[in-house]
Amino acid sequence: MENLKALAYALRQDVVNMIVEGKGGHIGGDMSVMETLVALYFKEMNISPANMDDPDRDMFVMSKGHSVEALYAVLAAKGFFPIEEVIAKFSKFGSPYIGHPNNKLPGIEMNSGSLGHGLPVSVGMALAKKMNKQDSRVYVVMGDGEIAEGSVWEGAMAASQYGLDNLVAVLDRNRLQISGCTEDVMHQDPVEARFEAFGWNVYSVDGQDIDALCDAFEKAKTVKGKPTLVVANTTKGAGSPVMENKAAWHHHVPNAEEYEQIMKDLKEREEAARHE
Amino acid sequence: MNKIPNRQVICETLMEHAATDKDIVVLCSDSRGSASMTPFSKEFPEQFVETGIAEQDLVSISAGLAKCGKKPYAASPACFLSTRSYEQCKIDCAYSNTNVKLIGISGGVSYGALGMSHHSAQDIAAMSAIPNMRVYLPSDRLQTKCLVEALLADEKPAYIRTGRNAVEDVYEEGNVPFEMDKATVVCEGSDVAIIACGEMVKPAKDAAALLKEQGISATVLDMYCVKPLDRDGIIKAAQNAKAVITVEEHSPFGGLGSMVAQVVGAECPRKVINLALPDAPVITGTSKEVFDYYGLNAEGIAKTAAEAIK
Repeated sequence: MENLKALAYALRQDVVNMIVEGKGGHIGGDMSVMETLVALYFKEMNISPANMDDPDRDMFVMSKGHSVEALYAVLAAKGFFPIEEVIAKFSKFGSPYIGHPNNKLPGIEMNSGSLGHGLPVSVGMALAKKMNKQDSRVYVVMGDGEIAEGSVWEGAMAASQYGLDNLVAVLDRNRLQISGCTEDVMHQDPVEARFEAFGWNVYSVDGQDIDALCDAFEKAKTVKGKPTLVVANTTKGAGSPVMENKAAWHHHVPNAEEYEQIMKDLKEREEAARHE
Repeated sequence: MNKIPNRQVICETLMEHAATDKDIVVLCSDSRGSASMTPFSKEFPEQFVETGIAEQDLVSISAGLAKCGKKPYAASPACFLSTRSYEQCKIDCAYSNTNVKLIGISGGVSYGALGMSHHSAQDIAAMSAIPNMRVYLPSDRLQTKCLVEALLADEKPAYIRTGRNAVEDVYEEGNVPFEMDKATVVCEGSDVAIIACGEMVKPAKDAAALLKEQGISATVLDMYCVKPLDRDGIIKAAQNAKAVITVEEHSPFGGLGSMVAQVVGAECPRKVINLALPDAPVITGTSKEVFDYYGLNAEGIAKTAAEAIK
């Protein structure tokens, strides 16, 4: 079994290189969501380049589309496209690797970028899988600032109405959005109780802990008649103190000095994870 | 006088296919009655999805269903579908290229007296401006059936606007000329070309009859396919005429008139006069009263056409 904790730190380095080369990117949310993506793509979901057209595959929607750099790094590691090409072309003129997910690329199901679309789209997917009597599952990742969008709650109502126990939503609860703390901008605590009130099964876990995330995803499989929300409590910019918990790093390109420090920190954490 | 509204034909046509094609799914946002979809929901409950009064969700759920191989038909009042869920139409349907058919019911001023909140005089412009979105306004029940049959055979997103009320037949039962994405020539003439869409085709056809009595020969083109616009059809009709009249149940901006003027201006310059609703909340009344008030009837079209070629 691959060391997924180390992999998450290695892929963060790809993200930083992508953003520095492309001169732009939503680095803070990329870092907070990395363990969620690694857990889903390397442990939970049945999806790979070999079965990406199989109707019975698990499906994933990146509703917080601005964290596309993290998704690109994970998809490249899964073999959907070469990481060297992503780093060289990300956000550049004519590039297929644009700054939000688009499904002309292999491995990406739905285009996103505007927030509040992923959950209701995933409701449609999960509903179709129920109609088709397929056992595969649907996963969607939302940002916490995102859930101020009313369409999220329309989707939350519908998922509950149709008892979509094949649907898991992950909330990347890093508590920061572009203007500051989520609780100051538009507070959502206790978000767990809010979703429970909408008829959801809810787990709240350390979102930087791959084992804890996988544990929640596995438990969700045993729940019948309800959709599951996994609140992944994370740190925006997780991986280096240079960017951790700083709203200004929602969208920020590291300068040369910051780049050196961040890469050093990420390499150290990767090494430490390998020797745990 | 025909009593079957176009929306009912959409339901009936889908029901004909739904028994054998289990991927056909109809979605409504508490709109199954106004969409004439109640019979579908009763006969095919497993293929019917109610989203509640949540038009954004209606469209996003449709896109998710389509991504998993379903053939969703999302039916909701055009006024809400084309504005409340505009971004979902843009991103989840057009940009993600999902096979969602958006059925805008009670379009234009069908909800006459209910006010501007319930009118959709902007949907042609809004939907046409989205890349990869097609826009269709069938003229009568017979053409509506042909259109739905054609849409069932493709896998791309489209917006279809229908009115609430039954409209008189433009075509004859058993003899409906229809080619997908080609405007239908209702009649050919040499003095003036009248290009109309949706419920305005019948008054355009009647206007041609009135003009004939005055010795003016008119072409009438049924541009049910507003996007992709049948450019060749427009050029052919305009080249034979001294002036072009466009007629639509829509704002004067960005609709059929604007599109036809672009083509005619570039390819065969002629005078183009656009008959449309005003750039203002329309007067209160039934849709017929509203049409009559703004000259969107046979007499109004004929009068404009006759003056245009004087």
